[in-house]
Amino acid sequence: MIYLDNAATTMHKPQAVIDAVVNAMSTFGNASRGAHEGALTSSRVIYRTRAKLAAFFGCPSSEQVIFTCNATEALNIALMGLFEPGDHVISTEMEHNSVLRPLYRLQNEHGVSLDLVPADRTGRIDPAEIERRIRPETKAIVCTHASNLTGNRNDLTRIGRIAEDHGLLFVVDASQTAGAAYINMEEMKISVLCFTGHKSLMGPQGTGGLCIRGDIPIRPFKVGGSGVQSFLTVQPPEYPTRLEAGTLNGHGIAGLSAAIDYINETGREVIEAKETALMMRFYRGVKDVPGVTVYGDFSTEDRSPVVSLNIWDLDSALVADELAQTYEIATRAGAHCAPLMHRALGTEQQGAVRFSFGWFNTEDETDRAIEAVREIAERGRPE
Amino acid sequence: MRQKTDRLIVAFFTTHDAMAFEEACLSRGVPGRLIPLPREISAGCGLAWSAPPEEEEAVRRTLTDAGITEQAMRRCMV
Repeated sequence: MIYLDNAATTMHKPQAVIDAVVNAMSTFGNASRGAHEGALTSSRVIYRTRAKLAAFFGCPSSEQVIFTCNATEALNIALMGLFEPGDHVISTEMEHNSVLRPLYRLQNEHGVSLDLVPADRTGRIDPAEIERRIRPETKAIVCTHASNLTGNRNDLTRIGRIAEDHGLLFVVDASQTAGAAYINMEEMKISVLCFTGHKSLMGPQGTGGLCIRGDIPIRPFKVGGSGVQSFLTVQPPEYPTRLEAGTLNGHGIAGLSAAIDYINETGREVIEAKETALMMRFYRGVKDVPGVTVYGDFSTEDRSPVVSLNIWDLDSALVADELAQTYEIATRAGAHCAPLMHRALGTEQQGAVRFSFGWFNTEDETDRAIEAVREIAERGRPE
Repeated sequence: MRQKTDRLIVAFFTTHDAMAFEEACLSRGVPGRLIPLPREISAGCGLAWSAPPEEEEAVRRTLTDAGITEQAMRRCMV
């Protein structure tokens, strides 16, 4: 199989990640639940992984790296824990439902007002449009680093400066970029960074988290066992315990730790450059094929390694199935949980076929995918 | 049961602090180890650092340098 669905999850993991998970499954007790060697081994690995993530993302305090089971949970914790009735939040049409649905919930159930900055036909938003929407009651800017549908990236440095200039929180969804793209919370003035571990970070599914910069008291989304301060009737107020009720995914976090080591040893820039080169190779190979429509802004290579396209007016599900069944190429079809982005691109009915590239893909695989698109376009030509 | 001895016990607000303190002590050669939080310090659960009483100055300095606020610190028989 040629796996080109890395924006959904990186199916191929470094061997060191697999080894770390397997080893953890036979050596880890429950972190924070005891002082025997098994519990301490797990606690130590989790502690060190927080420190690695803090260094990787430029988060000043490793105790403010909170583990969750995915980016969606991290975003729910952040968004449901930051706002009060009457607050105003600005977000964008580039967002995934993991951002949109919590924001709609805040709007519908918690008296928070919401403005969504529109995207143009290439799927881009203008940061100046964010600034134009700031009101006295605005509390935060919430946006994705990169669209999961088009790969377009937002300029976090510019948006972060807007947030800082206006005294706003800046919450970033880094699901499509964490691990491959440069992110520095201090430099980019990011207040809360939400990430997943199983995409560009190449860790196991079931890992993710949020990094909190500075003194930002997020209300606990869930409360329960903490392994400390058992007679308190409320969740302990100190980070990370404040937001981590229940047993952590120690086995997965061990894999994530190995994944960060792998990225640091390989070089994040090296990984990003290879993925970008494969994406551009594919883009150049398909963009002029008759019948192919590519979405997104390819005027810059500062984008995530995603190429979404349609062929003639063929259903994207049909094309993805043809790719899988005839060519053994794994892609993603449909709406990609990004309804407003599809509306902006005019692909609500057709969806789009997404090719997303990862560290373990090759030029040969990319060329075979180009050839497959050409053949399908030729065979699918309207009569 | 082993015989109880006089120890300096440090309790922490979070497991993260306990891990950070263990790391700091190991890097500085401050003796001690993590133990289950004894009831003489606090009811509940969690981790505590058990050190020889004569290491109190080194323990206090390590807490300060590592930026860790202890939940409690006192000598007791454990």
